[in-house]
Amino acid sequence: MSLGLEKRGYGIKIMKNKIYELLKIGKRIDEREPLQYRKIEISTGVVEKANGSALVSLGKTKILTGIKVEVGTPYPDRPNEGVFTVNAELLPLASKTFEPGPPDERAIELSRIVDRVIRESKAIEVEKLCIVEGQKVYMIFIDCYVLDYDGNYFDASVLSAVAALKTMTLPVYRVVDGRIEAVPGEEMKLPMRTLPVSVTMALIRDKIVVDPLPAEEDVADTVVTIGYDSEGVLSAVQKSSPGLLPVNMFKEMVKIGLDSSAMLRRRLLEGVGDG
Amino acid sequence: MKIRLINENGLRVDGRRPDEMRRMRMEVGVLEKTDGSAYVELGGTRIYAGVIGPREVHPKHLELPDKGVINCRYHMASFSVDERKPLGMTRREIELSKVIREALETVVFLEEFPRMMIDIFVEVIQADGGTRTAGITAASLALADAGIPMADMIAAIAVGKVDGVLVLDINEEEDKYGEADMPVAIAPHLNSIVLLQLNGRMTPEEVDKGLEMAQKAVQKIHQMQIEALKRKYRVEPEGLET
Repeated sequence: MSLGLEKRGYGIKIMKNKIYELLKIGKRIDEREPLQYRKIEISTGVVEKANGSALVSLGKTKILTGIKVEVGTPYPDRPNEGVFTVNAELLPLASKTFEPGPPDERAIELSRIVDRVIRESKAIEVEKLCIVEGQKVYMIFIDCYVLDYDGNYFDASVLSAVAALKTMTLPVYRVVDGRIEAVPGEEMKLPMRTLPVSVTMALIRDKIVVDPLPAEEDVADTVVTIGYDSEGVLSAVQKSSPGLLPVNMFKEMVKIGLDSSAMLRRRLLEGVGDG
Repeated sequence: MKIRLINENGLRVDGRRPDEMRRMRMEVGVLEKTDGSAYVELGGTRIYAGVIGPREVHPKHLELPDKGVINCRYHMASFSVDERKPLGMTRREIELSKVIREALETVVFLEEFPRMMIDIFVEVIQADGGTRTAGITAASLALADAGIPMADMIAAIAVGKVDGVLVLDINEEEDKYGEADMPVAIAPHLNSIVLLQLNGRMTPEEVDKGLEMAQKAVQKIHQMQIEALKRKYRVEPEGLET
């Protein structure tokens, strides 16, 4: 069941007028340019017990991703490919609008978008994550926690998941007497093909802003997230709020997103060092 | 094992041309107890949509003082897919319920129904690709059948990429083995997108081209929706023999 409880009403209308008036002169409520991201900070390896982890701040939004690796059986139709899953949780300490309990539709949407951006760009070389064909493969569990929510958890989560993947290590296994065991002292990096990032944009009347604040998300006509791989090919799109999106505005977003994605990837590479 | 999805004549696995839709059939008012309903067939995809309301909000604390709320459930029957789908809502169904609800919410005049709720149920009884888009087309018809005022009647279709070729209305096989799936719902009179997703790799140029293909197809589907409504509601003026 999906219930539409998005805020509308007079407060929102007044706010929208204010935000739009500012945008007409190229300004935003936090003094950014319309196409400017907030400050991005990336620290990796913040949780020792995880195989990989990254804490990303995007302005005041904070996302922590931890990755755990297990050995499991592959899917029957893909016997020589490793498996990965993405989960996301909107922790109740991150916002007054997040509640404890099983993931709600927003959390599920977030995890599925992060999954799509990574999976469809084929960022992880899953065929290199096979230990014994048809029997044992690496299983990678990517869990994103929204620790502090100040808008745009999509892009921050993708950044943090990819930073954690890029810097994680996996145990190396060998087969001994038909059983597998970890080789002591040996670890490997996760084989990756590309560094996907996502760019979230809000449409406010005829103006587009990147990396929206909660107030901008509230007044936006609609919000769109686009995932790009290193070649500038799109790997995921999600219109994640109600509202009309004129076709020409979306085409504009694809272009804006491409520029922002290059900047985000540079920041990501700086943040992870040489991986 | 690589499956060829486009043959040497440029035709698809089911013999269609890249820009050809599958046969689509629509009927309005197929269920007795809902306020509006529709049945849509698109190739092997079969969907019932039902609308109940506007009625009182339940539970009460969810009501909004200045507008109505829409509750939407997209659900697949356990037998609608090759391998039995376990009962209960999967994460995919929860996500699709959200994006379908947002697409429909965009065009419904919710301010006409403060403190009320409109329930939209989409039941997929057989899935053969394009279930969310056919579901939206059906739900949109069901809303019209229920007499809910809307700014436009939305229609939807998926565009995909298989063997490097952009194709309209992908079926299950093309979705499974193809490179990309882009479901699009459009409000035709407002020339705006109301639902847009992309799964898979497409260049910006391909996305543009895909949107154009979807826009054309949506015009056709919209005409079919109008025809389907007319079949139920058309009244021949009295005294005029034809």
